[in-house]
Amino acid sequence: MIVVVGAGPAGIAAALRAQECGARVTVVDDNPAPGGQIWRGDSNVWLTRFRASGIPFIASARVITGDAQAQTLLVETPEGARKLTWDKLIIAAGSRELFLPFPGWTLPGVFGAGGLQALAKSGLSVADKTVVIGGTGPLLLAVAAYLRQHGAHVKLIAEQASPAGLAGFAKELLRNPNKLLQGVALARHIAGSPYVTNCWIESATGQGRLEAVTLRQGRRTWTERCDFAAIGYGLVPDNELATFLMNSPNVVIAGTGELNLAILEGEIAGFTVAGYPERALGLYGKREKAHRFATALQHTFALRHELKSLPRPDTIVCRCEDVTFGLLCEFPNSRAAKLHTRCGMGPCQGRICGPAAEFLFGWNPGSLRPPLFPAKIGSLMPATTE
Amino acid sequence: MAECIVIRVNGHAISVRDGITVAVALLQADELHFRTSVTGEPRAPLCGMGICFECRVTINGHTHARSCQILVREGMQVVT
Repeated sequence: MIVVVGAGPAGIAAALRAQECGARVTVVDDNPAPGGQIWRGDSNVWLTRFRASGIPFIASARVITGDAQAQTLLVETPEGARKLTWDKLIIAAGSRELFLPFPGWTLPGVFGAGGLQALAKSGLSVADKTVVIGGTGPLLLAVAAYLRQHGAHVKLIAEQASPAGLAGFAKELLRNPNKLLQGVALARHIAGSPYVTNCWIESATGQGRLEAVTLRQGRRTWTERCDFAAIGYGLVPDNELATFLMNSPNVVIAGTGELNLAILEGEIAGFTVAGYPERALGLYGKREKAHRFATALQHTFALRHELKSLPRPDTIVCRCEDVTFGLLCEFPNSRAAKLHTRCGMGPCQGRICGPAAEFLFGWNPGSLRPPLFPAKIGSLMPATTE
Repeated sequence: MAECIVIRVNGHAISVRDGITVAVALLQADELHFRTSVTGEPRAPLCGMGICFECRVTINGHTHARSCQILVREGMQVVT
């Protein structure tokens, strides 16, 4: 039995390729429906094939922990805890957004860029809402295009990268005609919303909810009133489970934040794990090209150091435990901060503040222990093995 | 078009589209105070994908439910 964690592009590609090879496959995902983030609520060839494949899909399943020796996975579903046994495990857990703390970022109405898009794809009407988008990377453009198509008034897209960096990226686009076409299509959709480079959101203000953001570009600062802010500083891999289980020879990790790369890695993982690695041979070259593109992305949209000065002493960094930047400044590493302040010990288990603290202080993420997600006590009791 | 169903938010009945998440239903009803942080701040969803736990509400008596990962159901009782 092959178990695939994650029903995004990588997980779906892996599951379908493994099934093609005759393997028995089960897919688990935290979301109520397959697709992951990028294919949330979409229909496409891969999703259609997956739905028709008959591959068992365990929805709304949080992976609490795994056991590399016993080759099991403990998942919590609305119907209760289940223990899944696997011969091979493919972890395609995807990515989350990188959030950088700034004054006011905890106000209701400040969302992740992908976060607001995910909510819109889940049914939130953004029609006639005024939105300021900020952060870095091509996701901002995709989100802007999506929100505009759904009636939002996107006032501004604040990209922290410099125009020089973006010019380098444009050259990379020319080597990838498909990406270039996607870019041109996006540009058409965002025409009318200014795309401002060297620019970032410095603070958010409002009484109990977001009312305005203050932007900075060089020495100039100004304020824009808005209903929503959508802010994302790139992606961080959801590698908690992978880190925990990676020493097992029967665990394969696939997929990253870039769509083509994720699909290719999923396919390679599926073929390989199902015992037909030779079927994946033709994919490695494409993977190399996709990887090159993803690396160029990272280089272009590297975060500028000014963003480290955004938080003030009273700015919250750990949103679960309300630990401020000023307090964290007193500690030399994440472990000391955790022991003294509970930073990273709330329900998100440091998934939001961990990468932020890594950027702000250069702290390595602390050690990882199960449960990897908050779980019910009952779920941690011995569960029936399937 | 999806049918409408009725859920209760803090005791008030609201009509929402079937198939949406609880978080979307609340935002759509202009409810932006999902939970109160440990120092008393109002909070609303950030990540929209089940990671940040800012969208936690009580659903049918179950506390700390991530509203962005749970679909609305007829008669659901949501407490922020």
